[in-house]
Amino acid sequence: MLTMIGKRLMFAIPSLIGVVIVTFLLTRALPGDPAAYFAGPAATKEAVEQIRKKLGLDKPLIEQFFRYTNDLAHGDFGNSLTTGQPVAAEIRNRLPASAELTLLGLIVSIVIAIPLGVLAATRPGSWVDHLCRVTTTAGVSLPVFFTGLVLVYVFYFRLGWSPAPLGRLDVFYSAPPTVTGFYLIDTLIARDLEAFRSALSQLILPATTLAIFSLAPIARMTRASMLAVLSSEFVRTARASGLSPATVIVTYAFRNAMLPVITTLSMVFSFLLGANVLVEKVFAWPGIGSYAVEALISSDFAPVQGFVLTMAVMYVLLNLVIDILYGVIDPRVRLEG
Amino acid sequence: MKRRDFLKSVSGLAAGAALPAMPTVISTAYADARSETLLIVSEGGPNNLDIHGVGTNVPGYEVSWNCYDRLISHEMKSGPGGVPYYDRDKFKGELAEEFKIDDMSVTFKLRKNAKFHDGTPVTAKDVKWSLDRAVSVGGFPTFQMSAGSLTKPEQFVVIDDHTVRVDFLKKDRLTIPDLAVIVPCIVNSELVKKNASEKDPWGLEFTKQQTAGSGAYKVTKWTAGTEVIMERNDDWVCGPLPKIKRVIWRMVPQAGNRRALLERGDADISYELPNKDFQEMKANGKLNVVSLPFSNGIQYIGMNVTKPPFDNPKVRQAVAYALPYQKIMDAVMFGLANPMFGAPKDKPTEVAWPQPHKYNTDMDKAKALLAEAGYANGFETTISFDLNFAGVNEPLCVLVQESLAQIGVKTTINKVPGANWRTELNKKEMPLFTNVFSGWLDYPEYFFYWCYHGNNSVFNTMSYKSAEMDKLIDGARTAAASGDKAAYDADVKGFVDLAFTDIPRIPLYQPFVNVAMQKNISGYQYWFHRRLDYRALVKG
Repeated sequence: MLTMIGKRLMFAIPSLIGVVIVTFLLTRALPGDPAAYFAGPAATKEAVEQIRKKLGLDKPLIEQFFRYTNDLAHGDFGNSLTTGQPVAAEIRNRLPASAELTLLGLIVSIVIAIPLGVLAATRPGSWVDHLCRVTTTAGVSLPVFFTGLVLVYVFYFRLGWSPAPLGRLDVFYSAPPTVTGFYLIDTLIARDLEAFRSALSQLILPATTLAIFSLAPIARMTRASMLAVLSSEFVRTARASGLSPATVIVTYAFRNAMLPVITTLSMVFSFLLGANVLVEKVFAWPGIGSYAVEALISSDFAPVQGFVLTMAVMYVLLNLVIDILYGVIDPRVRLEG
Repeated sequence: MKRRDFLKSVSGLAAGAALPAMPTVISTAYADARSETLLIVSEGGPNNLDIHGVGTNVPGYEVSWNCYDRLISHEMKSGPGGVPYYDRDKFKGELAEEFKIDDMSVTFKLRKNAKFHDGTPVTAKDVKWSLDRAVSVGGFPTFQMSAGSLTKPEQFVVIDDHTVRVDFLKKDRLTIPDLAVIVPCIVNSELVKKNASEKDPWGLEFTKQQTAGSGAYKVTKWTAGTEVIMERNDDWVCGPLPKIKRVIWRMVPQAGNRRALLERGDADISYELPNKDFQEMKANGKLNVVSLPFSNGIQYIGMNVTKPPFDNPKVRQAVAYALPYQKIMDAVMFGLANPMFGAPKDKPTEVAWPQPHKYNTDMDKAKALLAEAGYANGFETTISFDLNFAGVNEPLCVLVQESLAQIGVKTTINKVPGANWRTELNKKEMPLFTNVFSGWLDYPEYFFYWCYHGNNSVFNTMSYKSAEMDKLIDGARTAAASGDKAAYDADVKGFVDLAFTDIPRIPLYQPFVNVAMQKNISGYQYWFHRRLDYRALVKG
């Protein structure tokens, strides 16, 4: 197992190097001149050149690249010009915000989608099946920012049930001491129930927005995979042997139907991280997606490179976890490096 | 314990645990905090807390204005609609308790009891160090100082611990006003020097992250892109103690949410909303909406005069007659701007800027002028705009496109991403574009020097060059410095007239700065920098 993980990580190194090179070149190929942007509206040509020199952008590309990789090797992601902070620190602060939101969204989605998919598969053509079809189609066809805005409008502006969409905590609460960076966990560790409540209520709407968006692939995949398994011979055998329907569905059918669902989950997780960008904008969420977009708009290289690199590392880890899960669920799956 | 009892006690526990979390119980401390705290929501936040820093953005100016003091500031007067408006011509001491303007210098006597946030007294050497810093760091601060002929450290002389003299390089009417803008702020020199390094002699890295001033507020927490928290400096002596104890400034990117926060009463103040929202909020009367014109600011359509077809003044006049001015006012600005067009034919030119020109939408005249210029069948061109301000620029350009099509001018719209806009402006190759210019210093010759003078600054986006124009602008500057009013008036009228007949850029309107606030917020003041001054605000 450990050698397998080690091998997998080794194989990830070339792709990470590729990511470093490609993002470096891509950000340099972006239109826009950071020196002119940061020199301010009133800058003369000389002022722009001064700034360019200060930012080290007057050096040849290859030198910039070596300096960048050298800094990277020392754990220095560079400084963001738009926020004025070191990129590594910013990503460290913002990643938990995005991760907490995405994970919660995913959990909500799984809790609804998997039972819905299983029920729809066991009773095809029934009202559950139709309900499953309608909700998933509606969820996937509404753009996330739109769902987000509608939820804010209804639950905050009209009904007043939900707190103001002002980020992770109510303005008048202070953040808990950082342990995991996940406010739900940190507030509990600090035994601050009020802050926990506040953090949870701030999370509900954005997590629901993400969940609605990701219901469709999970529910549909569960349904399709369950249907295939339910019509297979071992299920027929199990039924013929007189096992209870619950045992047949949960123990035999569902476990076998899990593999494609897990694959879908990993995909859903990755595109939820993408969809996060819009949700973060709507809910003023201090996450990593909105940070990267801001940086992109002002052609601020360092955060964009840092963001892409972090995402790449996360995908490598995510794929590894999924592969390990395969092995746990289905012993027939063998992992060769 | 019986099962039933157990269940009872558990549910009792649960109810007990739920109670303290109910909003009614926690709200006393909460309500106190609220009534002394101002919650501001805006789209963007600062990227640097020091205006002397590299590439400090406009929200950063607001922090500097409230957390640092300057030697002098402006008095207030009653502006449009009775809103307090800074008085361009009247100055009062801020860190200086008195100042004396002589022929070639000005002397400031500092307040003896003024202290920086860390308790060190403000002395003349801090003033000198700070002004030296402003003229030496390069970039925007140095540029802004030079606009008032403040360029050399030798100009700032320490006389004794509490007296500083600023020597004039030459007579310039803008020197004193330039000492009252945001840039010449006074920094705690000892503290910053301690945190400076060889590579960074002015300690810019240090002041980027924290405020080191003597101002009425100090930043206690700053999370870039998320929030800024400022606390009142209770030892502030440069004016009456502000009423607001704490300012929380949150970044909310979604304009719709900012409006919702205001209307639900959760946020106290917001700006940077779409004009349509401001107009609707004005109409429904639940909030106070203040709209005041940008001082010395104009949105315009510019034309590159170095290349055909816009090198021909007749073509430019034709365009000026073909623009849908009123439609832009109604459909893009929702009336929240001062029209800069359609002055009556017989109206004499005033010694003022901005003032409306005499063009109006008149398609027949436009067609005739175009035919005279030899473009009876029109031509094709591109109109460019800055995507950062797409909310106004995009509908504006669509209206212009539609209107120009009626005189046979086919335009394609070119949307330039914000990061690229200044590069494009600097290249001076865009044939037709829309943009805003607004100067901190509210003097006609200042505006014209940047926008129309042949030395071709970044803001002369049209590459306009005219010997006559240069003579008039230089004349006005000299006349202003020497106080020759007759010559000054003649020159100002002269350059305004010339700008309107040659029409390299067509003024459309003077935009408004709009601020929406709760009814219980008062004391808003308009400043040349158009940001909030927390010191005057009152809640409740």
